[in-house]
Amino acid sequence: MRSEEAAVQVRDPAAVPRLMLSIAIIILLWPGFRLTEFDLGVLFDPRNREIMGKFIATFFPPEASADFLRLILKATLETLAIATAGMTLALLIAFPLALVVTRSLSISRIGPARGFAAGRFLRLPARFILMFFRSIPEIVWALLFVRAVGLGPAAGVLAIAVTYGGMLGKVYSEILESGDTRPTLALLEAGSGRLAAFCYGMWPVALPELVSYTVYRWECAVRASVIMGFVGAGGLGQLMELSMRMLNGGEVSAILLTFFLLVMLADAISAMLRKATA
Amino acid sequence: MKPVSIKLDQVSLVHANGQRAVNNISCEIGSGERVAIIGPSGAGKTTLLRVLATALRPSSGEIRILGKDPWRVSRTALRELRCRIGMVHQAPPIPPRQRVVTAVLAGRLGHWPLWKGLASLAYPVDIAGARRMLARMEIADKLFERCDRLSGGQMQRVGVARILYQQPDLLLTDEPVSAVDPALSDRVIGELNREASERGVTLVASLHAVDLALHWFPRIIGIRNGEIAFDLPPVRVTDAMLKDLYASESTVPTQGNEPLAMQPAGVRRKPLCS
Amino acid sequence: MRRIHWFILAALVAAIWASFAYLSLDLALLWTAESRSQMGRYIVSFFPPDVSGEYLVRIGHGTLETIAISAIGTALAAVLGLVLALPASGRFGAAPRAVTRLVLNFLRSIPELVWAALMVMAAGLGPFAGTLALALHTAGVIGRLFAETLENAPTEPAQALRLSGCRPALAFLYGTMPNVVPQLVAYSLYRWEINIRMAAILGVVGAGGLGQMLYFSLSLFQQQQALTVIIAMLLLVVIVDGASAWLRQRLVD
Repeated sequence: MRSEEAAVQVRDPAAVPRLMLSIAIIILLWPGFRLTEFDLGVLFDPRNREIMGKFIATFFPPEASADFLRLILKATLETLAIATAGMTLALLIAFPLALVVTRSLSISRIGPARGFAAGRFLRLPARFILMFFRSIPEIVWALLFVRAVGLGPAAGVLAIAVTYGGMLGKVYSEILESGDTRPTLALLEAGSGRLAAFCYGMWPVALPELVSYTVYRWECAVRASVIMGFVGAGGLGQLMELSMRMLNGGEVSAILLTFFLLVMLADAISAMLRKATA
Repeated sequence: MKPVSIKLDQVSLVHANGQRAVNNISCEIGSGERVAIIGPSGAGKTTLLRVLATALRPSSGEIRILGKDPWRVSRTALRELRCRIGMVHQAPPIPPRQRVVTAVLAGRLGHWPLWKGLASLAYPVDIAGARRMLARMEIADKLFERCDRLSGGQMQRVGVARILYQQPDLLLTDEPVSAVDPALSDRVIGELNREASERGVTLVASLHAVDLALHWFPRIIGIRNGEIAFDLPPVRVTDAMLKDLYASESTVPTQGNEPLAMQPAGVRRKPLCS
Repeated sequence: MRRIHWFILAALVAAIWASFAYLSLDLALLWTAESRSQMGRYIVSFFPPDVSGEYLVRIGHGTLETIAISAIGTALAAVLGLVLALPASGRFGAAPRAVTRLVLNFLRSIPELVWAALMVMAAGLGPFAGTLALALHTAGVIGRLFAETLENAPTEPAQALRLSGCRPALAFLYGTMPNVVPQLVAYSLYRWEINIRMAAILGVVGAGGLGQMLYFSLSLFQQQQALTVIIAMLLLVVIVDGASAWLRQRLVD
């Protein structure tokens, strides 16, 4: 052994930062436990356990009486209908707004022309509306619409229309702008209108991507419409909320199974649609 | 009689793809012997070392490592046996984000109780020890460096430092200096030899550079096509034998690809412990 | 256009028509003068938002509660996910792998909000239910990803340690963990970001946080307070988005 090395006492330079990081994490998480009223004991509280135990015990077998199955079928169709109708309205909202905010479709961009200032002033509020629509989660919209138009599927349809309208509008305009814009520009420079430029220059280029994204969103809408039922917006979710409140485990498990099947079905349909249009 | 460290009796290993990597090898290596394995690439050096390291189970034949058949003992006994075997890989299998000190200390995990291994994750338990081994490899300054910041040669030396820290009874090294520059390689191989002879443990090293092997090791085993071509002390390894061994390659590989001045070996020999 | 395209288009139109018919949705009904004025009154009733000091303090508390739900929920999910990921990565054989994968898939496929509704029953109204709900769903998501990360991690380092007589548990900690920890941390943080948004709305089924405040105020017809909550939610999401974008930029560079 060389003597000078044995003599050196080295300390780990990473020890202090590590310690600080650990302490910081603990200090940050500790009040979190208080704020969330974290108490695993609640789960084992005898009364809670009894209720939960009974509830879960009834999960199996799933309820399969003809009456209930008919109810489930009705709710499932309602869920699908909510998603589809909501997406249709979302398209109606999204398309015009997307056309307005898409910069590569702007006539004023190619030179100072009539409507230069107007175009800019129109784009800004359109952008803001899209952002506002999509930033509020669909379930909050549903909550609001349930109060405005009453319990039932209409609230769900409107909630999906508004939220997904905002999302679709933003993504549509992004897709349109990211595509090859030269044909559009050529058309615009040749003096064609926005709509004509869109139909002949942009549409063919962007169509597959637009379709694929819309189909994907429809799939999400199916899931969302189930969830929104929990606040009273119709469909499977509303049925499940009811069954839960009545502590009927068999019905809940039957609805959950239906939900899984529905999600898988939506997945399959969307995969098929995307393949057919690709 | 000197105790036997490794005993192979007609050992063969056939890979899953049918390739015969080790073919009917029989040999004995005594305790405290220092052996170099040379041969062209693809000859089966690495596979043979992996068999010795109990990483691969031979397809047929008898094997005894440190007096035990690793494939016929209990799990506990196998773990105890493995504690006594150390292997340096050509590319040391160390997680890139691990720090050098941790990588070196990991060498002795097999000897440590569980709590010590866990404690060392929070704070390295033996910084001085790790530093001492790294100093022997002349990279003590990299103690707290992350391994992915090291060059290939530095990584190899970390691998050697880890095995020095492990203090095994059987040192296996698989081309431990392939990425280290010639002058340093000499020192690294020298350190390994010094470790082996000081503690009286066995050293088996596969080496790409023939001059290093002939210079440092008292026993040379040449391997070709999974078979032993010769097993001789370096002075008796002739030019013709080497030419024959490396017939598939254009030249006999040496450090830095300098042409090998083929004298009977041992000429360049230096005292072992400088 | 090929024939299949016409077919799909026809099917789509039929599906849309059927949807509106099935729900007996009459959009014209929503656009009558009466419903328009009703809607207008409803919207106006939200203004101005309640910005009294007392209510803002409650909003602040609700926001902190939301962040706490998401943070604790994600932390629990990371721990639970890692525990489940070990068997799910095939470390203990094929049978435990199949079983834990099933468990993870189950946890993952039940949406957070359904978990929240279930947990409200098991643990009562309040943030604890939301925390458990997030933890369970996220554990499924994270666990599956962790399992894949573990399966794809190089095996050589741990193998080499085991060959030098190291215990499997230590070989895992010294050989495998350093390779996967960065990914685990990055993914947990990413899920946390998602969970903040989710925690804000879980409350609508009674699982604490801003969502519960929104639900209460809407139930009590206090639209002005509801608007304040919505604004707080929006701000929270915008801030989280900005912070994560900023952090990502810094971490990438």
